[in-house]
Formats: sequence, C-alpha cells, structure tokens
Amino acid sequence: MLEVKDLVVNYGGIQAVKDVSFRVNTGEVVALIGANGAGKSTILKTISGLLRPRSGTILYEDKNIVGMAAAKIVKMGISQVPEGRHIFAGLTVSENLQMGAFGLKDKQAASDQLAVVYDRFPVLKERLNQDAATLSGGEQQMLAMGRALMARPKLLLLDEPSMGLSPIFIQEIFDIITKINEQGTTVLLIEQNAKQALAIANRGYVLASGTVKLTGTGAELLANPAVQATYLGVQPAT
Amino acid sequence: MQTMMQQMINGLSLGSIYALLALGYTMVYGIIKLINFAHGDIYMLGAFWGYYAINYLHFGFVGALLSAMVMASLSGVLIEYLAYRPLRNSPRIAALITAIGVSFFLENGMSFLFGANARNFPQVITTKTYYFFGVGISNVQLLILFTSLVLMVLLQFIIKQTTMGKAMRAVAVDPQAAQLVGINPDHVISFTFALGSALAGAAGVMIGLYYNSIDPLMGMVPGIKAFVAAVVGGIGSVPGAAVGGFLIGLLETGVQAIGLSAYKDAAVYLVLILMLVVLPAGLFGKRQREKV
Repeated sequence: MLEVKDLVVNYGGIQAVKDVSFRVNTGEVVALIGANGAGKSTILKTISGLLRPRSGTILYEDKNIVGMAAAKIVKMGISQVPEGRHIFAGLTVSENLQMGAFGLKDKQAASDQLAVVYDRFPVLKERLNQDAATLSGGEQQMLAMGRALMARPKLLLLDEPSMGLSPIFIQEIFDIITKINEQGTTVLLIEQNAKQALAIANRGYVLASGTVKLTGTGAELLANPAVQATYLGVQPAT
Repeated sequence: MQTMMQQMINGLSLGSIYALLALGYTMVYGIIKLINFAHGDIYMLGAFWGYYAINYLHFGFVGALLSAMVMASLSGVLIEYLAYRPLRNSPRIAALITAIGVSFFLENGMSFLFGANARNFPQVITTKTYYFFGVGISNVQLLILFTSLVLMVLLQFIIKQTTMGKAMRAVAVDPQAAQLVGINPDHVISFTFALGSALAGAAGVMIGLYYNSIDPLMGMVPGIKAFVAAVVGGIGSVPGAAVGGFLIGLLETGVQAIGLSAYKDAAVYLVLILMLVVLPAGLFGKRQREKV
C-alpha cells in the first residue's frame, strides 16, 4: 500500500532523515520506533505532504505522492493524527469532527462516518457541544483520532498517540488502534513507547539517527536483545 | 442629557463604520497574522465604486452597496493573491511592509487615475431627520446602523455555522492540523479576504452617504482607527472588533462633544497606547492555555 524508498529529508537545517526505506502492506499495523530525534515525526510529516523531501519517493497505491499538497493526500486516503493532538481549540467537539470530513463531498458518507466515530469513541458523543480545548488529554487524543477517521482513511498515520497520557488511557488508545485496524484501516504508528507499539504491530522498523537500523515482525523485535536494551529498558543478563 | 444622547447616536453611527472595518483587520490577522494596512484603502475603493455606480450606472442604495461589496471582495482577494501570497513563508515584517506598500499604491494609483480632489458623493437617499425628545436621528444614520448590524449578524452566522466559517476558525487556531484534515489554507485565506473586504466596501459606500465626501486618501485615518478598534477588542477576536469599533466611535464623538474636536484623533491614538501598555490582549483577547 505504502512504499517509502531512499527518503532523505532536511528539517530545521539538519538532515533529519537519511536514506530511509520501508513499506506498509494493506491491512497491517506497522510501527516505527526509535529515540527522540531519530527522524520519525519528520517521516510522517513528509508522507502527509507537510514537508518536502530532498530526495526519494513515496509510493501510495503505486502513485508517487511526493510534492502533492497535504489536502490532496488526505483526499487520496491518508490521514494523520499529529503529535501533540493539535485539536482545534475554540471549535466544539462536533465541529472538530466535521472538519475531519472537510474533504468528503458526500454529505451522507460524512454523517454515516460520524456515527461510526461516535460508536468508537462514546465519550466524544457525550461532549459534542463542548469546546474541544476543555477536554482532558486522553479525550483530546481520542478526538484527534476520531477527526482523522472522519476522512475515511485507508491508511492512518499516528504520531506518538500515547504521549503524555496516563497508563489507563495508554492501554485504551492501543486497544482502539487494534480495533480500528481490525475494521480494515491500515495503520502506520510512531511511538517512543516501543513495548506497546511492537506488541500490537505486525512489523516494526527501528530508527536511529535518521536511518533504519533493524526490521522484523513485532514479536521478533520485542525479543531482540539490542532492542530490549535500548528501547525497552531491559538490562542485559550478566 | 439631550446632548449626550445625541452624541451617543452620532457615535454609534460612526462606530458601526469602524466596526465593519475592524472586522476585516481582525479576521485577516486571525488567520495569517498580518496587519493588512491596505484594508482602509479597500474601503476607499468601495466608496469610489459606489460613486460611479450611482452616478453612471444609476444604481440605487442597495444596488450600490451590494455591488461595492462584490467589487471590494474581488480587490481584496486579488491583492492577497498578488501581494501577500508570494510572501506566505517569509518573515512577518516583509508582509507588513508589503501591506504598507499596497496601501500607498492604491492611494496614489487612485489619485493618479481619478484625481486627488475630494468629490461629493451622490446623495441617493434624501436625508431626513427625525426628532425624539429633542434628539435628532437621520434616516441615513438609521440605515447605517441597521445595515451594519445585519452584516455583522450575517458574518457571525457565516463564521459559526457554515463549513467555510468553521474552516476559517480551524486555520486560525492551527494551520498545520487544518491541512492534515484536508483544508487548503489558500482557499480559506482568499475567503477571509473576500469577507473582510466586502464589509469594508459596504462601509465605504455608507460613509460616502453619511459624510457626503470621498477622496483617494479617505481610507488612511479611518483605517488606522479601525485598527485601533481591533486592538481594543483584542486582535483576532470577531466580537471584540465589533465592540471595539463602537467604543472608538463613541469615544471620538464624546471627545468632540466636550469641545476638544481638535484632539479627537489624538484621543484614539492615546487609547491605542494605553491599551497596549495595560491590556495588550484587548478586551476579548485570547489567553493562551495549554493542556497536557
């Protein structure tokens, strides 16, 4: 579904992504893990069209989407939940969701999708007329995910969905991601919380200083001693 | 008491003109963080269009008003497209200086094309003054108040209820997230300029009718006063701009009423300075809060 080839991206005057290649197959959950500054967010922003790469290609359903406007990429079926949630403060919960369906011309499809999103996130339905800024962090994360789902994406990009959330919410968010995937949406996930990301991922890629260091299935990476030592906080046996 | 009431009515009429202009400043600022110093000149263009529409196309008041709104909208969108859009990713000061340049261009371009002298605005409506308990209110004043209020209610409806209005607010709070949901910020910015400029065009026609005189530099001082109104209300806040406009109008006529006509402009600028010192966020300004 998505194939990123030899991607090089400069961001803020440095080469944040140096020659990264990976792929996401239809129906998968793929996790990109790595420390802060490994270039994960830069990769997602480049896929979404917010950043332009220096070189490389991003094939989505066999079309190169490099250089397309962000709004066009959303219409093609890729939605991103940005890091830090970025909900629209001052707009109500229901207005936020309505903006998520901005690119959908079919009004019936938008209202059907709204029912799906309320079903997935009942807490949003309870607060639909509340200013989105008054939601708790976990609820804002759900709103950001619901908003992204409103565009009926085929591929959902999630940038640090568990960041800053309490452990209960983290578990809930990962459960929801699994359910969204089971209902047919392909997921590309970026996480510092490597343990939980790999636990739900079909495959994972480990990034460090802008390149792919390791790849494998979620279970393989979880069992890999190097991954355990660096990202999972497991002390090597002496 | 009568004098005070009289000044209130005059102040509200003038204030509604400032309010219409201030709305354009505040909406554009809200969305691209640009003080559009050419905004007062759009108001001048609206007045000139009204002048020609009434004199040569024989439009009535409503026709002149609506067509001036359309023409002003088009000018605003064109100015944004040609002058500000190429500077979208430049430092804000570059766009600000460009706005001042556009303002000079419009003022001097119009002086060059149509002459710099003031001309009488055609009085398409015969002024009648009604007296209530010794307080006079003219039909033109009533028309200005009524039209302004209708336009403000309409604007509020567009911003609150329509998809494009919601997209405006979305782009204003978070342009990147707006792109991620499929909103093209350029379309929203054009729409914002169209709305703001339409209000300025309407204000131009109404002030022509009220003061009976227009000239190519007529937008300078009201433009700056409307900017002050937007700052008083809290720049970026739509209700703030409306309230700020009325307050500046009342202040100006109030200062005149107590016999300090010569200082009416100074009083407005003094308010700007005090506001920036005491309450820089304005009356309705947003206090930023962040959530974890």
